[in-house]
Parts: sequence; structure tokens; C-alpha cells
Amino acid sequence: MAEPEVREQTAEHAPEHRAPAAHQGGPTVRVYLRVAAILGVLTAVEVWLSYSGITGGLLITALILASITKFVMVLAYFMHLKYDDWRYGRFFLMGIVGATTLYMIVLITSKVFLR
Amino acid sequence: MADAAIAHAEHETSTGLPNTKLAMWLFLSSECLLFGALITTYMLYRGQSEQPPYPQDVFDIAYTSVSTFILLSSSLSMVLALAAAEKGDDIRMRLWLLTTAFLGMAFVGGQVYEFTVFYEEGLALGTNLFGTTFYILTGFHGVHVTVGILMLLGLVGLSTSRQLPAQRSFPVEMVGLYWHFVDIVWIAIFVLIYLIPTPNPT
Repeated sequence: MAEPEVREQTAEHAPEHRAPAAHQGGPTVRVYLRVAAILGVLTAVEVWLSYSGITGGLLITALILASITKFVMVLAYFMHLKYDDWRYGRFFLMGIVGATTLYMIVLITSKVFLR
Repeated sequence: MADAAIAHAEHETSTGLPNTKLAMWLFLSSECLLFGALITTYMLYRGQSEQPPYPQDVFDIAYTSVSTFILLSSSLSMVLALAAAEKGDDIRMRLWLLTTAFLGMAFVGGQVYEFTVFYEEGLALGTNLFGTTFYILTGFHGVHVTVGILMLLGLVGLSTSRQLPAQRSFPVEMVGLYWHFVDIVWIAIFVLIYLIPTPNPT
């Protein structure tokens, strides 16, 4: 008989628990705008690089570095990984590291990078 | 601590984390494998098409750059929707969610237009290896964006009919995670498929 009362108390107290959670952590709107501006600049740099006449490994390296930077910034700020529990990042990392490892093995054994 | 409060509000979990959010991250983790496979397949067959049209014949980088900026902007509007939801500002939340959906529709519309242009230039699904791998990869991405748009519109509908839970930032955050993931997949596609030059056919 005590359990329903406990559950009701939990539900009653839930909004109080929720109010602090809604205001804890997380980037501000200003941070979001700054990150978006940086992402825009990086995208513009990528497009510029593709038109710049730079070729070969230098172009590919620069493009990949820019895209990795954008990737990490979206994960960290827009998807809140920087502010959230580390276990979310660990789970996501499992997928990204697993996929990257597996497919790099496929590409290397297929000699794609030697073409 | 924020997640613990949500977990407590839902029900107790062994991790102290809300199951929904954990499931979403695991789902996104599995999506890395899906898109990794599609991108790898494209790269495996890059430069191997026996007949035109080839990527350099059809790609319009300027046009695709605009699409990329549109999708990037939609990520910004998505986080602004989340910020509004966290402040309890339902009207602003709906406004930013609708903006995100609209930008997503603009992106998908741009992709559809691009596909029709490519088709008119002779690139169909079965024309060559480039056509097959390109359309499958970007097509899957486009479907994911479309599903995201439906989720956004669903959130707006639920908000309008006041069916969102008291902590409405949580469902907005979940849809946001999916939407941002779709954006970062496009970051990879844009660079690997569009910007990095394709070697001449062997």
C-alpha cells in the first residue's frame, strides 16, 4: 500500500526535480550562434579549397581536417556531448570507432588509397 | 544531474540515465555503421565507372554548397528550438521547430532538383557504378532527412495540441540529436563525395 503513495510523491516532486534540470548545464544561445558561425566559416573554407587549385594530398588532408573539426563541434555543442554524461559519448564512440576501423580495413585491403 | 532527474521522473534505471536518451545514442551509433557502409561502397567504386557521366561531369559544387549551408542553418534553428523549450517558451520553440522543418524541406527539395538535373544529364541509378553508389548514398540520407522533418512536424503538432510532457525539452532534445546526426553525416558526404576530386576512370 505504501508503494502507490511513494509513486505519487515521486510524481509530485518530479516537477521540482525537473526545474533545476531545465536550467543546468548546456551551452547558451550565444555559444550556439558562435559555433554556427564557425561551422559556416569552415564550410566556406572547404568550398574555397575545392576551387583554389590546390590538389593532391594537401587538399584531401585540409578538407578532412576541416570536416572532422565540424563533426566534433556539432557533437560537442549542438548534441551536448561536452555537457552531458560521459557514457553517452562512450556509446557513440563505440559505433564511430567500430565503423571507421572496419571500413578503413576494407578500403586499405582493397587498395583504394593507392589509386 | 539533469539526466538523473529525468530518469527519476520516468522510472529508476540501473545507469541513472534515461533509457530513451541512451537508446537514441545507441541508435545513432548504429547509424554510423549504416552510413559508413554506404560511404565506403562509394569510395570502393570511385573512379571505376566504365562509362560517363562521371562526377566531374555533373557535380555543381556551388549549388551543393548552398544546400550544405541550408542544412547547417537547420542545425542552428534546432538548438534554438531546444533553448526555447528549456526556457518554457512554447511559441518560440514551435517557431524554431517549424524553421528547422522548413530548412530541411528546402534541403530535400534541393536534392530532388539535383537528382532530376543529373538524370537529364544521363545519370540514372543503373547507368554506371558512380550513379548507383551516389544515388543510394544520398538517397538514404535524403530519406533520413525526410523522417526528421516528419518528427519535427509531429513535435509541433503535439505542442500545439498540448500533448507534450511537462518537460518538453526532452522530446525536443531527442529529435534534435537525430537531426544533428543527419547534419554531420552530410558533412562527411559533402567532403568525401563532392569536394574531394574523383580520380580519372581507369
